Amino acid sequence: MTHISVRVDGASYTDDVEPRTLLVHYLREQLGKVGTVVGCDTSNCGACTVHLDGEAVKSCTVFAVQADGSEVTTIEGIAPQGGLHPMQKAFHEMHGLQCGFCTPGMIMASIDLVNDNPNPSDDEVREGIEGNLCRCTGYQNIVRAVRQAAAEMNPAGGQA
Amino acid sequence: MTVTEDAAAVAPAKEVGQARKRKEDARLITGKTTWTDNMVLPGMLHLAVVRSPVAHAKIRNVDVSAAKEAPNVVAVFTGADFAEEQGSLPCAWPVTPDMVNPGHPSIAVEEVNHVGEAVAVIVARSKVAAQDAVELVDVDYDLLPVVLDMEEAVKDGADLCHDHIESNSSYHFVFDSAQVGTGGDVDQAFSDAEVVVSRRLIQQRLIPAFMEPRSVVVQPQGDNYTMWSATQIPHILRVMAAMVTGIPEHKLRVVAPDVGGGFGGKLQVIPEEILCLMIARRLGKPVKWTETRSESLMTAHHGRDQIQYIDIAADREGHIKGLKVRLLADMGAYLRLITPGVPVLGGLMYPAIYKVPAFRFECDGVFTNKVPTDAYRGAGRPEATFAIERIMDELAVELGMDPLELRRKNWINADEFPYTTVAGLQYDSGDYEMATQQALDLLGYDELREEQRRRRESNDPVQLGIGFSTFTEMCGLAPSRVLGSLSFGAGGWESASIRMLPTGKVEVVTGSTPHGQGHETAWSQIVADQLGVPFEDVEVLHGDTAISSKGLDTYGSRSLVVGGTAVVKAAEKVVAKARKIAAHLLEASEDDLEFSGGKFSVRGTPGTGLGIQEIALAIFAAHNYPEGIEPSIDAEATFDPENFSFPHGTHICAMEVDTETGFVKIRKYACVDDVGAIVNPLIVEGQIHGGLAQGIAQALYEEAVYDADGNLTTGTFVDYLVPSANDLPHFDTGNTVHEATSNPLGAKGVGEAGCIASTPAVVNAALDAVRHLGVSDIRMPLTPERVWRAIHQGGDGGDRATAGINAYGGASTETTTGESTDASSLGGDR
Repeated sequence: MTHISVRVDGASYTDDVEPRTLLVHYLREQLGKVGTVVGCDTSNCGACTVHLDGEAVKSCTVFAVQADGSEVTTIEGIAPQGGLHPMQKAFHEMHGLQCGFCTPGMIMASIDLVNDNPNPSDDEVREGIEGNLCRCTGYQNIVRAVRQAAAEMNPAGGQA
Repeated sequence: MTVTEDAAAVAPAKEVGQARKRKEDARLITGKTTWTDNMVLPGMLHLAVVRSPVAHAKIRNVDVSAAKEAPNVVAVFTGADFAEEQGSLPCAWPVTPDMVNPGHPSIAVEEVNHVGEAVAVIVARSKVAAQDAVELVDVDYDLLPVVLDMEEAVKDGADLCHDHIESNSSYHFVFDSAQVGTGGDVDQAFSDAEVVVSRRLIQQRLIPAFMEPRSVVVQPQGDNYTMWSATQIPHILRVMAAMVTGIPEHKLRVVAPDVGGGFGGKLQVIPEEILCLMIARRLGKPVKWTETRSESLMTAHHGRDQIQYIDIAADREGHIKGLKVRLLADMGAYLRLITPGVPVLGGLMYPAIYKVPAFRFECDGVFTNKVPTDAYRGAGRPEATFAIERIMDELAVELGMDPLELRRKNWINADEFPYTTVAGLQYDSGDYEMATQQALDLLGYDELREEQRRRRESNDPVQLGIGFSTFTEMCGLAPSRVLGSLSFGAGGWESASIRMLPTGKVEVVTGSTPHGQGHETAWSQIVADQLGVPFEDVEVLHGDTAISSKGLDTYGSRSLVVGGTAVVKAAEKVVAKARKIAAHLLEASEDDLEFSGGKFSVRGTPGTGLGIQEIALAIFAAHNYPEGIEPSIDAEATFDPENFSFPHGTHICAMEVDTETGFVKIRKYACVDDVGAIVNPLIVEGQIHGGLAQGIAQALYEEAVYDADGNLTTGTFVDYLVPSANDLPHFDTGNTVHEATSNPLGAKGVGEAGCIASTPAVVNAALDAVRHLGVSDIRMPLTPERVWRAIHQGGDGGDRATAGINAYGGASTETTTGESTDASSLGGDR
């Protein structure tokens, strides 16, 4: 067992974990952060995407021990109390989800995308989220959602 | 001032038809939902399944001694432990009286028949402990010949998939229009025909690939059991699991919490559900099983997998005279819930939107040593639509006719509805010309045709093609009597109840269980209109047999058409019951009351009125109500449709094909769908988008590939190509509205439309781009490799290079990998 300290969604945790424990399993099973889900075992689907020190990572591809000393943000930690992050709001308004299983990872990846590119075109959004699979929506409304959220997150950026 | 204006000013806008944002989203976008795998119960044990690495073998010995000694392992079970009690997983659709069903144990006892079949189960204190111990189980197998290729499997003397049955054939189903009396003699039609076109088409095996892996939790409480499962069908599962395990139905509660997609893939009673029940019963402890993605791709049922021999007869002017279809349908190793019925259901749809005078459909269900097939979005209808829309293009080429002109010549005209087809189905309504015109406009057809001409003339390495699919489908499963006539093991009704709470809030209980379709939103809209209550005051409950005791769940584009209608019927009963209370309280005759905007008022007496939400409180108190009636305005209704509904539409794909690399790219995709009346346009458009993605994925990306030993080589998302955002185009969508005549909502069903329609449009477009280069078929999915080979080497592009065999190529082996063999080339008149 290895001792780790990690901040998740603004709270500090110290735990003993097996070195092989994946970050996503630590989040789900030890911290009860079940908003982050597991969709595959080959890092293809992106359903488990969280932010590690502000960068989107697939938490099935990170060991929990690698997060030692880091700040992790999950879907449960992006919104202000009682409110929604602009990306969450945009997914709702643009009907960017159906079954919703990919949605937490999709939203986390999209926030990172907009942080890197404040004013993405349709094609840039499609490229930017190609590491996240959705089986329900055909992606069109997700693209709309990400662009709407980008406009709200970066009002000065305008639309391409 | 007129009365009409006044009424209009106060009448609230109707909810039905509005693009309401979904109620479901709040918990899904915040990570606060309940997936089955989120469940944690005190003392819960975790299961991991030891699976067969071989496709066909006798089990000589299973040594679990090392696994039993592993840390934190509580128990290890093998097939022998459950041989006496496990029975067979159910197959509810014996399509012929003499259909052969080999039986389907949840855990193999003596023989394994596909890779991934369960041979032992580890029960441990944690998931990782269970998974670690899987490695410690030692199974000895005596290998048997592996049956993979359907055309080989049906030959005399073929190796057998199951040695306790006589052949690899499960059933032979025939529909002949002359025999049934719905049309003429098909053999006569062909011998009289001026033109006959024949093709052998491949419907490759697909994997539904819902995003949420399957998960099951069972909690025993004395002799009661609660099962949570990521299923589409909690109600059907409860009945079936009770019958399989012997747990009395009333002692078993099944809950489908939020379910992350299904697409038919969770329309199943799975081995692990039965295993969880049996192990929870044996140990008296709660258990959980959650699959990995690799397990899911390998063992959850697959879809499609048919070889279609289709022949069409016509005169020189292009009038269809007859249609013959013969299918080999891969059942896989076992018959699951509706495995045999899927191709038979599709059989009714081959005549599609065309006036076909004579029709014969024959289907052989064939066993192979692969995971069973079953429902996948469209379930039989995408296969049928693909074949007929492909052969229409082939006939057009043969006749030198524009493919749209050929379709127009044969399709049912708007003034001919209702129209009874040669398959005996009565189509309700539609206008194929109108949808086609709109789709052509959306696409910008004329400009693209012009560009295609320019590229042809300049011999551009990137050629452009345009492909059509003018489709219809059969939705709203299903009239119970029709299901009975097809030997289906259940009815097709749906149930709903409405509970009026004391505060005026409304609980709607539906038997149709959603997994992404937005029932909570759409049903709220329906009830808001019916009862005149605010949308926000309605809560929709579903998916728990203790709350929603009756239902037949969600599949076959049935929820709104059948389940939504049950909601309407229940609401009508609520209003009828409330009317009696209102009359009593208002001291008026029932006949003098009108109900509008949620209020009863006495006709001609402005100012009087009593809201239905106030009546809910009054009847809860029950201090003052008429004699002779019960103090409740709650109501329940069951709706059994008298007919299917028949959505239709025109889908047009413009495709660029790079003749130097074989790379294909959808340039533009336009579709106009008629799904009847629309309750929520946002949800309808979303369903179309998602269907398109899956239909296009069949054409371009997805294929479940087995190697020569029966191993699934596309067992992860690295190899099985579920498309990403970057692999799909923007969709231009539109609607026409011709209401269904079989339900009061006028709705036709939308869940499968995009998936059924799009595949042939995409393939027809690619072929249209390269037909002048001598290409007349390319096997799906249209990988660059296949497209390049079809252009430069002829044939249909052959097997995937990574496949030793994929069961469609006849003699393909490791050494002929990727080669187009005789058996994989076109059949028929070539």
